[in-house]
Amino acid sequence: MSLALLIDFGSTFTKILAVDLSSEEILAYAQSGTTVETDIMIGLRRAIDLLPDSVKKGPFSCKLSSSSAAGGLGMVTIGLIPQLSAEAARRAALGAGAKVLKVFSFRLAMKELQELQELAPDILLLSGGTDGGNTEVILENARQLARSSIRCPIVVAGNKAATDEVNSILLQAGKTTLLTENVMPEVNVLNVEPARKIIRKVFIERIIEAKGLKKAEDFVEGILMPTPTAVLRAAQLLSQGTASDPGLGDLVIVDIGGATTDIHSIGMGNPIQAGVIRKGLPEPLVKRTVEGDLGLRYNARSILKFCGQDQIMKNACLSHSELSHKLEGLSQNVDFLPQSLEDLDLDFALASCAVKAAMERHAGNIETLWGPQGQFYLQYGKDLTGFEYLIGTGGLFIHHPQAAAILQKTLFSQEEPFSLRPRNPALYTDAQYCLFAVGLLADRFPDQALRIAKKYLKKWN
Amino acid sequence: MKQPAVVLGVLGVDAHVVGNKIMAHALESEGFRVVNIGTFSSQEDFIRAAIETAADAILVGSLCGHGELECRGFRENCVEAGLDKIHLVAGGNLVVGKQTWEEVERRFLEMKFNRVYPPGVSPKKVIEDLKRDLNCSSESGAQSPE
Repeated sequence: MSLALLIDFGSTFTKILAVDLSSEEILAYAQSGTTVETDIMIGLRRAIDLLPDSVKKGPFSCKLSSSSAAGGLGMVTIGLIPQLSAEAARRAALGAGAKVLKVFSFRLAMKELQELQELAPDILLLSGGTDGGNTEVILENARQLARSSIRCPIVVAGNKAATDEVNSILLQAGKTTLLTENVMPEVNVLNVEPARKIIRKVFIERIIEAKGLKKAEDFVEGILMPTPTAVLRAAQLLSQGTASDPGLGDLVIVDIGGATTDIHSIGMGNPIQAGVIRKGLPEPLVKRTVEGDLGLRYNARSILKFCGQDQIMKNACLSHSELSHKLEGLSQNVDFLPQSLEDLDLDFALASCAVKAAMERHAGNIETLWGPQGQFYLQYGKDLTGFEYLIGTGGLFIHHPQAAAILQKTLFSQEEPFSLRPRNPALYTDAQYCLFAVGLLADRFPDQALRIAKKYLKKWN
Repeated sequence: MKQPAVVLGVLGVDAHVVGNKIMAHALESEGFRVVNIGTFSSQEDFIRAAIETAADAILVGSLCGHGELECRGFRENCVEAGLDKIHLVAGGNLVVGKQTWEEVERRFLEMKFNRVYPPGVSPKKVIEDLKRDLNCSSESGAQSPE
């Protein structure tokens, strides 16, 4: 027996999974409230106490963890043009598992600098200009940051011609800088991997300590990554496989929580119909989007605001009188778990709206244009219609009896033929909450991690 | 002097890519840094790329005959975006119907394009003009034409 303990210090709950790596079995799952305010280890010990006696004594051959405690990894990104370098920087941060608090573009105004200071990000990503392109704006923004009270590490990933000067401006003002390659070296060329790697390094080396999670590091072998990165890593492993085990190919993961809905897609998403031309910034193969306004508890009211009462009620079987009042209750009582059929029905209606909207924003779309030579189709973003696997993760997909029906809400519809959402994928849910653990194990035990994921995902169709 | 940079593309609902590729190749081999945004590009696409790359010139190709319509307001939009001094060039099959070239050229110059070229112009001619207009010296990236 070779036991592994996988831990996720979540914003609300510390979740642990004990896995036997030799038999490739999940032995036990437990969770307890996260105690980052006092001592992160209290919550972890409580969770371990909940494991069966045979498991909790170990010994564990490895103890790995991810964290989204203490607000997760909050980032602010700065670029030049909103649709170009600023968007590239945003994608780099999202792919690194960050919560993007705000994206700034062009020269920072005084008011924006003020706002940036108030947002107090954990890491700042400064980009702007293609290599050999505009240097003025990134230099001016570096001078503004030098004058600010910002103390967090600044990752510089802009025009390489400006990097040295940006660095010296920031260093002279006592800022911490990390230099990496440009996130957009040429127009419409995305280069997010170097920035992602350095963000992860900063997260491990500095952010863990700054957030009071260092104590946990004496117990575990290290907090390896923010939780969303663990899920993204699992998605990548499942899709691409290992040297000895082929992966599933193109897939999408929907992760709905109390505050946000994340969508992860692995695959190029190139046009699959003849005559469609791809436009816009290229998409990363491994793409994550986060909808900060779509969550079942903290953001229950913003789902109502975005989707409207009619849409929510269209997905409900029961009549929910005083819907607004009920959603207010949910947003106040964020630990609420559905008790009655009515509660389940409301969660179904809310989740249906949230996952559909999140998938619409993640998936690409087709724009039709008429010209003198006839009709043309331009594709922006990824075409997910041919993706063969759709996986739901998060508490809702473990407990809700209509998990598959919720996933189906994200699919392609004839009524919106230009939204390139998955058309006919196999539906799975992460019924054992194992994806974060698979992501944590992916680098060290890729084959076992992949087989565990394949074994424990629940198939619905 | 730094290597001169140009944004090149085909404006509007226009799929004609061949001339665009030839022009990109010709400019590159003459030492220009070419930012080719390709077909189906809007005025905004040109302007955004020009800002991000600190381009010296925008070369607008239009082959479908709607060039005049699509180019309206281009200079004003550049000025609005802070590209006051950008060198604007248009060429291709800019209009349809029986119109004299002098008339077409006059209208484009009125729209404050710096240069405008008739169908069938040689890339060599465009590049020669461009070097002169951008004051490219022989030490700069752009070599003088043979």
